[in-house]
Amino acid sequence: MMELLQTIEQAGQGLLGPFWGPLWTLVKIVVIVAPIMGGVAYLTLAERKILGYMQDRVGPNRVGYWGLLQPIADGVKLLMKEIIIPTGANKFLFVAAPVLALVPALVAWAVVPFADGMILANVNAGLLYILAMTSLGVYGIIIAGWASNSKYAFLGAIRSAAQIVSYELAMGFALVCVLLAAQSMSLVDIVKGQQHGYGLLGWYFIPLFPMFVVYFIAGVAETNRAPFDLAEDESVIVAGFHTEYSGMGFALFFLAEYANMILISALTSVFFLGGWLNPFEGWPVLGAMTAWVPGLFWMLAKMSVFLFIFLWFRATFPRYRYDQLMRLGWKVFIPLTLVWVVVVAAWMQTPLWFW
Amino acid sequence: MLENYFPVLLFIAVGLAVGVAPLVLGRLAAPHRPDDAKLSPYECGFEAFEDARMKFDVRYYLVAILFILFDLEIAFLFPWAVVLKEIGVFGFVSMLVFLSILVVGFIYEWMKGALEWE
Repeated sequence: MMELLQTIEQAGQGLLGPFWGPLWTLVKIVVIVAPIMGGVAYLTLAERKILGYMQDRVGPNRVGYWGLLQPIADGVKLLMKEIIIPTGANKFLFVAAPVLALVPALVAWAVVPFADGMILANVNAGLLYILAMTSLGVYGIIIAGWASNSKYAFLGAIRSAAQIVSYELAMGFALVCVLLAAQSMSLVDIVKGQQHGYGLLGWYFIPLFPMFVVYFIAGVAETNRAPFDLAEDESVIVAGFHTEYSGMGFALFFLAEYANMILISALTSVFFLGGWLNPFEGWPVLGAMTAWVPGLFWMLAKMSVFLFIFLWFRATFPRYRYDQLMRLGWKVFIPLTLVWVVVVAAWMQTPLWFW
Repeated sequence: MLENYFPVLLFIAVGLAVGVAPLVLGRLAAPHRPDDAKLSPYECGFEAFEDARMKFDVRYYLVAILFILFDLEIAFLFPWAVVLKEIGVFGFVSMLVFLSILVVGFIYEWMKGALEWE
């Protein structure tokens, strides 16, 4: 496999010279983006199927065998729907908002390692880049709400903005703990910092367990997923910030939400569950039995677990009330994470720190 | 160093294309027959009254201001966290002083009721 890639690389270099580098990068980007888009499409099907079975139904089962063509049918349907720009809307911002929501959800993947060496850009400030990109997502929502010139959209947007910034703080403090443990902002180094030769016992979710939980829950809140979906809150404010969107504009918000879910799952795996690392590495018997499994498999398996938990949350928990949501963010998560930063920093000054 | 960021730049361009292409396709493939009722903002069937960009609760501003304070705090913590092992106990204690000042402010706003949403 590696040899084949090298042969292609050399042949391309000879054929195209200086244009080869950017072209090859472009190919790599497509290889990352296409599976994400496919993953998003089938995550919607998985969501409807899983919710269906959890509620004692079967979910979509008419389009294709076992409903497998449903996401494609949905996509075609949305493509054929008229894009309506309401009167009084700011046309440019109205059209730009869904793009602005989707782009950060995609470009953050540039620094996510999928396996050892499988990364587009191993930049040394990867974590800062991730934080910057995920923070940009809120602009798409707030601009959509403001540009629509609709009361429901506006209410959804300000609710969502306040919610996202509140949970971003908890997320940031949780990441400070990861940085303390890893001593590096590169995502590759963070994963390698969890490799100690005793498998999953070396991962950061053990010393940083409260942060692991806080990070994932804050991630659910950041992506506006149930039980924190107050930005769309269909029983109160119709559809929240995307009330006025139809056709492809709506589809882009949908794509962005699901791409963000996959991103949060990937990041939680990288920061706390050792990314591509084998959980049984260095264990007797099990370690030797699983040594042949490629790192990509572990990464995808960990992401799938988190994605399932996302859907499970939606089936299980009723929606938060707004005051409860803000209370959880500001009065529970922020104090907890602040204390844990100090605990971890102090812990690291003692010889009892094994990570 | 900087050439590491070139793929990121290219990725942003591809991301923008992935975002814009569906909108263009949708505009081309879908019908386009606007009329007054269709274009009016949704307000449960009523004619829209007054401007939608209305006054909203001052608490949202407060949340935004508090967010900026804490987010800056996190920005200060990042470089400190990366080098804590090298700067050792001295670095730990100085950040503890810094954090305790923040905590005093946090307790003050909590007691003042800035975090209440009844």
